[in-house]
Amino acid sequence: MYEVTPDVISIEEVTNKVVRPEAGAIVNFIGTVREFTKGKRTLSLTYEAYPAMAKKQLERIGNEIQGKWPDAKVAIAHRTGKLAISDIAVVIAVSTPHRKDAYEANEYAIERIKQIVPIWKKEKWEDGEEWIGDQLEKTNYPDGKPEEVKAP
Amino acid sequence: MITVQCFAHLREQLGQDQITVEKEKLTVKELLKELTDQYAIQTDSLMVAVNEEYAEPEDSVTKGDRVALIPPVSGG
Repeated sequence: MYEVTPDVISIEEVTNKVVRPEAGAIVNFIGTVREFTKGKRTLSLTYEAYPAMAKKQLERIGNEIQGKWPDAKVAIAHRTGKLAISDIAVVIAVSTPHRKDAYEANEYAIERIKQIVPIWKKEKWEDGEEWIGDQLEKTNYPDGKPEEVKAP
Repeated sequence: MITVQCFAHLREQLGQDQITVEKEKLTVKELLKELTDQYAIQTDSLMVAVNEEYAEPEDSVTKGDRVALIPPVSGG
């Protein structure tokens, strides 16, 4: 149900994992590579994961969802490696008997992924590249991007 | 000896995907201090994972544990 993979993610495959007779709703979240962030053009993204832990933390998110929405069934796949604009980085599928829970649980899943799952993205722009450290806006980047990491 | 896995900018900065500390057992806090001294790593924003779970500063790390430094994540 939880996968971290260098291969192209099939939305249908992830979705099919949560299809079941008890469900009246399936909500999908599809995270894709965005070309412009605050006016800056991204050429490509590279995701690196700590695969064993990432999978374990995805499972943890599944368990948390199970605690909050006991009728929900969740499947998540996250891609690693180099991705082009509009490529799919993450797919989350949640099925529940009624739609409200599926929407809520799905949003919860992506928020938690951004907090606890050990996956990092490196953005490549026209004028350089940088690992993105903190998407929760706890860190201010005066230049609109993190500081350059100096080579040793 | 304790082996510590590194990822993302840390891996590139160090030029290797794992580093070692010549200890058998210590706390997470002590480990970070050792790494700062030995490798000049900025540990302020780092989390430590022990056996694929996030660890607290007072948790202990023993030889044979799977240890990793986790910079702020940016998946999704």
